[in-house]
Amino acid sequence: MSLKSFLYSCLLSTLAVTTLSAQGHDTHSPAQHSPATTEQHGQQPQGEAASHGADAHAAEGHAAHAGCHPEEKKSDKYDPVPAVMHHIGDANHFHIIGDLHFPLPVFAYDMENGLTAGLSTMFHHGAKAVNGFVLAHDVVRKAKGLPMGEVDLDEIHDGHYSFVKEELNAKGKKEDHHFVSYKGQCYELEESRKLTNLESSWIDFSITKNVFTMLMALLVIGLAFFKTANYYKNNPNKAPKGIANLMEVFVTFIRDDVAKPSIGPKYEKYMTLLMSIFFFILFNNLFGLIPFFPGGANVMGNISSTIILAVIVFIVVTLSGNKNYWQHIFWMPGVPLPIKILMAPIEFASIFIKPFTLLIRLFANITAGHVIILTFVSLIFIFGNAGQSVGGSAGGSLMAIPFVAFMNILEILVAFLQAFIFTLLSALYIGGAVEEHHHDEAAHH
Amino acid sequence: MTGTLAAVGAGLAVIGAGIGIGQIGGKAMEAIARQPEAVGDIRTNMLIAAALVEGAALATIVLSFFV
Repeated sequence: MSLKSFLYSCLLSTLAVTTLSAQGHDTHSPAQHSPATTEQHGQQPQGEAASHGADAHAAEGHAAHAGCHPEEKKSDKYDPVPAVMHHIGDANHFHIIGDLHFPLPVFAYDMENGLTAGLSTMFHHGAKAVNGFVLAHDVVRKAKGLPMGEVDLDEIHDGHYSFVKEELNAKGKKEDHHFVSYKGQCYELEESRKLTNLESSWIDFSITKNVFTMLMALLVIGLAFFKTANYYKNNPNKAPKGIANLMEVFVTFIRDDVAKPSIGPKYEKYMTLLMSIFFFILFNNLFGLIPFFPGGANVMGNISSTIILAVIVFIVVTLSGNKNYWQHIFWMPGVPLPIKILMAPIEFASIFIKPFTLLIRLFANITAGHVIILTFVSLIFIFGNAGQSVGGSAGGSLMAIPFVAFMNILEILVAFLQAFIFTLLSALYIGGAVEEHHHDEAAHH
Repeated sequence: MTGTLAAVGAGLAVIGAGIGIGQIGGKAMEAIARQPEAVGDIRTNMLIAAALVEGAALATIVLSFFV
């Protein structure tokens, strides 16, 4: 059982990894430079806040392309939105502290020039472009028209090699455009191909922060389950101890409280799927709450990962639907004809709405949790006037620390709850699909 | 301006979901107080009902992002 479960999560993750990479970095990209963008979320050292603080700005843009410099900053006020958006987004390397980064492999496939592979250190913190690819705001982007090979980019201002301009698009909405400068000339940056950017000329297959965290979760789940399986193999008919004891709580909970009551007698066939989904979501959520190096990725707060999970549930539900299930969708028995005609399209739409709400619920809950924690951390910078006022920062920290601690503990509850709800609702949808026909209850369906 | 309106829309959606989930939670507590032995069934059904209410609210919030 546990081996199967492990293999299942392998499959699950591979699928998720592929889509995630193919779609590149979902969620929002950072809008502007700000002191907090160089920090992992979570605790932020005061001293660093003061040293970085001075360059906080809110670059207000207009549609002018002239020159290759960002517009002068209009105010020194700290804007928490870009910092928060940056931290809930994906990245091509892990930030540890200060200028220290944990490199991750980059595989950028250009439609014209082929694959560019290497570690994220090849970009030298954004200072170098490799085959036209640059690292801007911790994310790999492509600069159209840059020469092949390694080139040095112009420094925009202390340590930053790219800048953002806000421009209005055809619909009159503000859009962020990223630029780098090379030999005094401007090059616009292009994001990788994803759902909202299908005509991009390159695809990102990199092991990003999110993908790395998923692989790590997979490893931890695998180790825990192999250990548990070995324990039961070596000590049959004995009370479990250690990790086996811990895992048994979850496994029996999923079996007795989720699978059995929701699916019914055929529950065993779906246990592997439910267990994989539960542990995959749970471990990714918990890793996301660790504020320092190996954690801090926002995997389930990236809509690509939840889309893949929901698609898997959708496929399983649709494939395991029996005659009874389809009959209740298209021509429900015991209902007057006009109602039947009215209900059929609604029931049909609900096939798609169910997995859709499943994916949105998980995505929204995890993203909201991260945003709340990061907003409380931003209080330090708001009160401290972006690091210029030490007293304000101290006051802000006094306020922020209890709030952040409280929210982190609440988020541990949410991590478990959302993993449980996703599994429970998947089990209910599967249960609805495999339920046998009841004569006495037919009128109530 | 559209961003502000979208935020107002999201807020309104949250009011509805809040009332709905509050009702479900409150009634579930009452039910558990009355019949503590049925706590498992009540919890499951409570979560399902809450998930359905939340689903409607989430759909609205997501729509407000696309405005």
